[in-house]
Amino acid sequence: MTPDEIRASRAAREKLAWLVLLALAVLVLPWHQSLPTGSTPLFPSALGLAAEGRGWLWPVVLALPLLVWAGFRDASSRLFLNIVLAGFAILVLQGFAVGLRGPAFDVLATVFPAAAQGQTGFGWGGFVAGLAFLGLIAHSLALRGFCRGDRFSATAVVFIVALLGLFVFFPILKLSMAAFVGPDGELAFGPFIGRVLAPEIWRLDCLTGGRRCGVVINSLMLGILAATISTALGLALALIVARTSFRFKQTLRALSILPIITPPFVVGVAIIVLFGRTGLLTQFGADVFDVRPTRWVYGLTGILMAQVLAFTPITFLVLLGTVEAINPTLEEASQTLGAGPVKTFFKITWPLLRPGIAAAFLLAFIESLADFGNPIVLGGGYEVLSTRIFFAVAGARYDLGHAATLAMLLLSLTLIAFWLQSRWLGRKSYVTVTGKSDAGLASTLPFGLKGVAWAVVIPFVIFTLGVYAVVLVGGFVHDIGRWDLTPTIAHLRTAFAFEVGTAGFEFYGSAWNSMKTTLLVSAIAAPLTTAVGIMTAWLVARQDFAGKNAFEFGTMLSFAIPGTVVGVSYVAAFNVPPVDITGTAAILVICFVFRNMPVGMRAGLAAFAQIDRSMEEASQTMGAGGGVTLRRIVLPLVKPAVFTALVYSFVTAMTAVSAVIFLVSARHNMATAYIMGRVEAGEYALAITYSTVLMIVMIVCIVLIQLLVGARKLGRRREFQGQITPAE
Amino acid sequence: MCRENPGLSQCCTISGGKKLRKTTLLSATLVGFVGAPLAASANELVLYCSVQEEWCRVMAESFQRETGVNVLMTRRSSGETYAQIKAEEGQPRGDVWWGGTGDPHLQAAEEGLTAVYESPMLAELQDWALSQAAASGNRTVGIYAGALGYGFNTDLVDDPAPACWADLLDERFRDDVQVANPNSSGTAYTLLATLVQIMGEDEAFEFLGQMDENISQYTQSGAAPIRNAATGETAIGIVFMHDAVAQAVQGAPIATVAPCEGTGYEIGSMSLIEGGPNPENARLFYDWALSPAAQALGAEANSFQVPSNRNSPVPPESPSLDEITLIDYDFVTYGSSETRERLLSRWDDEIGARR
Repeated sequence: MTPDEIRASRAAREKLAWLVLLALAVLVLPWHQSLPTGSTPLFPSALGLAAEGRGWLWPVVLALPLLVWAGFRDASSRLFLNIVLAGFAILVLQGFAVGLRGPAFDVLATVFPAAAQGQTGFGWGGFVAGLAFLGLIAHSLALRGFCRGDRFSATAVVFIVALLGLFVFFPILKLSMAAFVGPDGELAFGPFIGRVLAPEIWRLDCLTGGRRCGVVINSLMLGILAATISTALGLALALIVARTSFRFKQTLRALSILPIITPPFVVGVAIIVLFGRTGLLTQFGADVFDVRPTRWVYGLTGILMAQVLAFTPITFLVLLGTVEAINPTLEEASQTLGAGPVKTFFKITWPLLRPGIAAAFLLAFIESLADFGNPIVLGGGYEVLSTRIFFAVAGARYDLGHAATLAMLLLSLTLIAFWLQSRWLGRKSYVTVTGKSDAGLASTLPFGLKGVAWAVVIPFVIFTLGVYAVVLVGGFVHDIGRWDLTPTIAHLRTAFAFEVGTAGFEFYGSAWNSMKTTLLVSAIAAPLTTAVGIMTAWLVARQDFAGKNAFEFGTMLSFAIPGTVVGVSYVAAFNVPPVDITGTAAILVICFVFRNMPVGMRAGLAAFAQIDRSMEEASQTMGAGGGVTLRRIVLPLVKPAVFTALVYSFVTAMTAVSAVIFLVSARHNMATAYIMGRVEAGEYALAITYSTVLMIVMIVCIVLIQLLVGARKLGRRREFQGQITPAE
Repeated sequence: MCRENPGLSQCCTISGGKKLRKTTLLSATLVGFVGAPLAASANELVLYCSVQEEWCRVMAESFQRETGVNVLMTRRSSGETYAQIKAEEGQPRGDVWWGGTGDPHLQAAEEGLTAVYESPMLAELQDWALSQAAASGNRTVGIYAGALGYGFNTDLVDDPAPACWADLLDERFRDDVQVANPNSSGTAYTLLATLVQIMGEDEAFEFLGQMDENISQYTQSGAAPIRNAATGETAIGIVFMHDAVAQAVQGAPIATVAPCEGTGYEIGSMSLIEGGPNPENARLFYDWALSPAAQALGAEANSFQVPSNRNSPVPPESPSLDEITLIDYDFVTYGSSETRERLLSRWDDEIGARR
């Protein structure tokens, strides 16, 4: 066979496989999650249900013979593509046309009386049919030249676009629609305007001596304060590490990882233990100054303390990169020209630091807006957007419209911050790493500035150590809240008791259910996230296809959406057919995959930028397709990116709370949601114990991932081979 | 469709080995897509629990030990659980709603969210427990009773000690009183309904408005205020008296108050969720939970409510309902959807909106 014939036969086999899958989905597999009430078809498949009188399923069923006919005539024809697209559109439409409790349009009810019984969400049949349609779309597009005819890339693009559409854009769309729904379920503009302009959102009473400000004002105030303070602290730390002869730099860097693996709530609890009304330090202060201890820490102060603790390491890492990247030659030149260290710092170093500072500030600001764990523990009466959204959905007076409106506000604020960040960084040139030799040493900090930096950093370090000391001890003493420090493992036993019975292990500890789910969900989500992220990066970096820029933007958007907004949007979108997956483990996995995938993608893009295309080209010249090249050439070379993506997605899945809190159920509870319940009920010791166990598990898992992924083998020569011969 | 640019060679030529990658991609997508319908397995019970977590845990564990049924338990306040069951209407995911004040149980019964069930154990129950079943057409039943009151931290409150509802308006307790939010907590709703029954509706809201000056925080869970009082984070927590006693028993400096004006009480209830996934296990749990052995577990978990089975031992620590001035709490009226929703939205407008 000639290569052309081989190619043609492969294409034909693939087409056949997709068609068989579609046939399976439509004719055999159960179409719905569960049978509608009063329905007893011969088969629960689309065909069986359609034959039974649920006529709105006929178009989907009839698409199959049409596709077989057109596909065997010419799969690259426009006709075939149109039929597949129409089939997919019909599949989506019929899913929305008939809801759980009846049809969306009255017309349907008159044409098909059975529609009045409603239909449940897609089951295996519905989902597999969707899959097969997408596969056929990609197949047909590739034959028509999309992605230069590479079917693997075309399939990957189509699937990723479809998944992003379903799990990122569709929920946001549903959410913005929910914001416009009135109390009686009608679509209207009035309620939205009313909700957006409500005084509880915008009022400024607290500035003029009133009791409380609006919730947006609260969020903004908190965000700006938290970002300012943590940027200042991060800068001080970065300057000390990069520009002084400080000895424990490595320790400081290692410690900056700590907040990333710290489960939410536990820092808040530690702060209450230290600074609450009966906290150690509050009591001490009250004794010294002979005043009545107060609840001073609840509210803005407490949230701010916890957020600064959590965000400073992030700003530190960002600013350390900036400080280290500044070319010392410029500072040397300034000093040679006669400027003193102070003048050099403010005229040369500071302006060069500005982009880093802007980036760090906005990053902390965005994190603060999205933060949910700290405000809920330490907020007292200080409400921010993320907590308000939560209570509008989880409280007794479920009000999705209100939650959706607030979520849209939060999303707008975040997007504005992202936009500002890209504008600020885009304008000027800050390039100082030019590749030209710079033998210069970085100038040391001016003396006064060094003093200021130390004065800021030392209290911060002591504060951090204090908080983590409480976390370390709190789980294994009787009651840290009342400073009863008798050692005990009672809390550990409450959470993780098990017995070895006749039927194997019996898990009685109350934390086992959530622990098992968390591990399972994280273990499934991490590799999927990495796969989707690296695959996307590969498509963006190495492939050329129509709409690539929009594709890249779409993937990044999912990163910009705050977790609370994602959670509410998933509730709005996936609590009803056709994609009814709330209360399952799948929705948790999906949520993590699409929230964290951009990180894998960024890591992948950075890695691809370092790898020359010639190796991939060589692979392809020798006859390997996109898939083989990706697996045999590209993946081994981007192992560091794979590791980053795996670790990040695993750790985030273990510690995330803001989106997850909306999606957990009795069957699938997550560790963070469980910890939140314990904190709310005042069982601080149990919360701390569980958090400690989680942190240990995470560290063990990171080590395992490291072993599993292994290092990239670049096959460089280890030693100089041959003899250095002195020049004659 | 494709941007023709034959000069670039980075895009892929068609060749072998695609199948493997494609199946990997496909299975990855499949897991994401279709993990959903893979739910329901055999011997399980989904329990929505609305008492203290500690008691919930003991109940779940004991039932699991005795029957081998794997119990999936979530604890949420009764108002929140009601909202969840309401949201899941049509596709219920829970089997039994055990515990929590009776009013939301009655509201759920009225709206048909819970199932009719006449347990063989009904014959052994106290009259007040049966009245709950009678009011709901056997959709719910009483499992315990307890009177409302408050507890204060004796280290933080000087003499004269508070003894009445009116004392809570005292200026010395500024920012030092906590109670839950009635939207989420049955405890706080009981307070609202009690004050309305003692004072009349407008006067009750007047009172709550004045008391708001002294409230530092409306918590989510009903018993959180007394835990905060026990650790000294607040001076006074308005809770059911048995919750205050529980703290005192565990060694916290908490004194319990039965307010002098009289007080309301709760009939903690249990309902089967209509159309839940495991109806047989649900009934098994229902009957078991009404047995004296199961009801005795409460005291083990530091919960000192008065149990509803006549043969259950009453914990000696329980505040005796005979010695407290109890009002004639109208469960039918204050458990109806109409009254509940009206009072709660009035609370939102007049009290909650100040926050």
